[in-house]
Amino acid sequence: MSEVAIHVENLSKEFKIGSVINTDRHLRDVLVEAISSPYRKLRRLSRGDAGGAAGLDQSFWALRDVSFRINHGEVVGLIGKNGAGKSTLLKILSRITAPSKGRVTLHGRVGSLLEVGIGFNHELTGRENVYLSGAVNGMTKREIDRKFDEILDFSEIGRFIDTPVKHYSSGMFLRLAFSVAAHLEPEILLVDEVLAVGDVAFQKKCLGKMGDVAKRGRTVILVSHNMAAVAELCTEAIWLHGGRVLKKGPSDDVITEYLHSSANTTGVWQRPRTLERNKNVSILSARVLQQAGNKARVIGFESDISVEIEYEVMKPADGCYVGIALKNGEGYTVLESRERDTIPWERLNKSRGQYRATCQIPGGLLRQGQYYITLGALQSIGGWIERIEDALSFEISEVNNPGTDWRKGVINPRLNWAVALEDELTTNPSMLAN
Amino acid sequence: MATSTGSPGYVLPKTVIQPTSGWQSLELKELWQYRELLFFIGWRDVAVRYKQTLLGVGWAILQPFLTMVVFSLFFGKLAAIPSDGIPYPIFAYAALVPWTFFANAITQSANSLVASANLLKKVYFPRFVLPISCMFPGVVDFVLAFLVLLGMMLYYGIAPTFNVIWLPSLLLLAMVTALGVGFWLSAMNVQFRDVRYTIPFLVQLWMFATPIAYPSSMLPEHLRVLYGMNPMVGVVEGFRWALLGTNTAPGPMIIVSACASLVLLVGGAYYFKRAERTFADVV
Repeated sequence: MSEVAIHVENLSKEFKIGSVINTDRHLRDVLVEAISSPYRKLRRLSRGDAGGAAGLDQSFWALRDVSFRINHGEVVGLIGKNGAGKSTLLKILSRITAPSKGRVTLHGRVGSLLEVGIGFNHELTGRENVYLSGAVNGMTKREIDRKFDEILDFSEIGRFIDTPVKHYSSGMFLRLAFSVAAHLEPEILLVDEVLAVGDVAFQKKCLGKMGDVAKRGRTVILVSHNMAAVAELCTEAIWLHGGRVLKKGPSDDVITEYLHSSANTTGVWQRPRTLERNKNVSILSARVLQQAGNKARVIGFESDISVEIEYEVMKPADGCYVGIALKNGEGYTVLESRERDTIPWERLNKSRGQYRATCQIPGGLLRQGQYYITLGALQSIGGWIERIEDALSFEISEVNNPGTDWRKGVINPRLNWAVALEDELTTNPSMLAN
Repeated sequence: MATSTGSPGYVLPKTVIQPTSGWQSLELKELWQYRELLFFIGWRDVAVRYKQTLLGVGWAILQPFLTMVVFSLFFGKLAAIPSDGIPYPIFAYAALVPWTFFANAITQSANSLVASANLLKKVYFPRFVLPISCMFPGVVDFVLAFLVLLGMMLYYGIAPTFNVIWLPSLLLLAMVTALGVGFWLSAMNVQFRDVRYTIPFLVQLWMFATPIAYPSSMLPEHLRVLYGMNPMVGVVEGFRWALLGTNTAPGPMIIVSACASLVLLVGGAYYFKRAERTFADVV
């Protein structure tokens, strides 16, 4: 029997995307189109060209000629920026979508974990959901019976297991969902960016559990923007860029090169046309600006930094806003912030239109080094609507502050101090008030 | 850890993924392997169906029962439509029980793929599972409504004929028809949401094309067998024949219905399978 678990040969995937709508149309054209298009669509449909019938005329290649092999027991990180084809590759490997060209051979049962909580139903109890989502993710009833206590323990849900999950807090929900996912044991496990949510301690626990799985000879492919996690868990890494494999090798080497490449990310982000939009809110563009409003990639330690996000609200929504998560070069989240932090609640009720939100990160806070900003659009009910991992990056230089680098710590602020002689204080206590 | 990187000692299933086009095999063997999932999703649909409703399962009975009351008033009393010598209310209700099953089953299975768009995009399983699982809640509703039917028979003093042994097959015929229609509509619905708006319309038209409010004996003899081309004609007339002993023995009619229903099912299954490869991309 072969050692190879996953063999991908010349894999390509073409997507049809909607053609650009011509905005300069007259009513007459619209009417003519309205009358003639059902007929045209039907004609196309009868030829079996369903994509064309739905008005999807243009195409692009999400994956181009991707080839690689992964052996049994390897844990491989799949890295690359948004739109590089990582998710598409996982979807093909897990047979959710079919490739356009090429061939994949898989040796072993495949399980995929592309979203946490998939198959959960809010009306059902925790216990019922464990069975339901276990089955959806490919476990048999006997397997779930056997692991049920372990899953319950792991989730720390306790007696709430028989409560409908709609009464759970979001943290509890995620813990239970993760626990089911962490107990999947196919020979080949495909994991998408699912560790980006949930509290840090629980994430660690899940990563540990996955590490165990890998040690037992299972093959894992892990998509992540968290380079620290990839470095910790994966022996190998594959770097995808523009639908092609740019580099494959030991994870440390690939990650180092990825983080340093200019092809990675920049201080400006424009929504790629290929990135699917939801119906409510879409982030259109974003940039990192230095004090004076200049676009910048390298920023002085003491400069204030602003992050500008332009977004469009397609459906009027209450409590709708954008936010950022700032990660450092090691992949640890330094801070998160949202419009809601300082914008009054009533102004978060948004009507349709384009908005520009600006967030100030004070100078003198961040250490020297590389930073990544994840953009997100949220709704008070429903949480994340859109999340664009590591859309922006910038670098804090040390030029302006020689000699401060002896400090340890994730951030590098200069805090207010006061000092006085004890004797003076007894006579004049206001000395410490600064 | 000696074997940690080696191949496991047993033979692993091998899967080959390649581009597909045109007509596909139905892969029924794989569907069979996923029967537990089918059961779980069907069970979920049953469990969730009447959550947060005031009347709960009462809806299963109310739907056909109230329709029967309305039909009895307008068609039975006012229009005086004949009912094969049987009291009109039970004549209509015996038809409405399988019909309500059918109408709900096609409505739900037609929407099943779109309603589970997230599942389609995020996890693999044979897609047939979704429209098929929609039959489960229908069957539960059917059983409840059927109990009321038995009560009504008691009230009207009608003893079932020996032919009741055919009832399960007749229900199966309704189910096969609903599945066939469900396969067609759910697959089309993924690409064209027009389908969703068409369904209530279709159900209504189909109801009047089926002898629910009226007996098929109103049609001339030679047309009745042809009428069986609508599979629900065979189901409905079969129900009346088996339970109420109507004398229009629907044998040939049911055979025609069964054939039509099979054509619908097999055609639907192949169409579904052909459209399946783009579900995750288009939905």
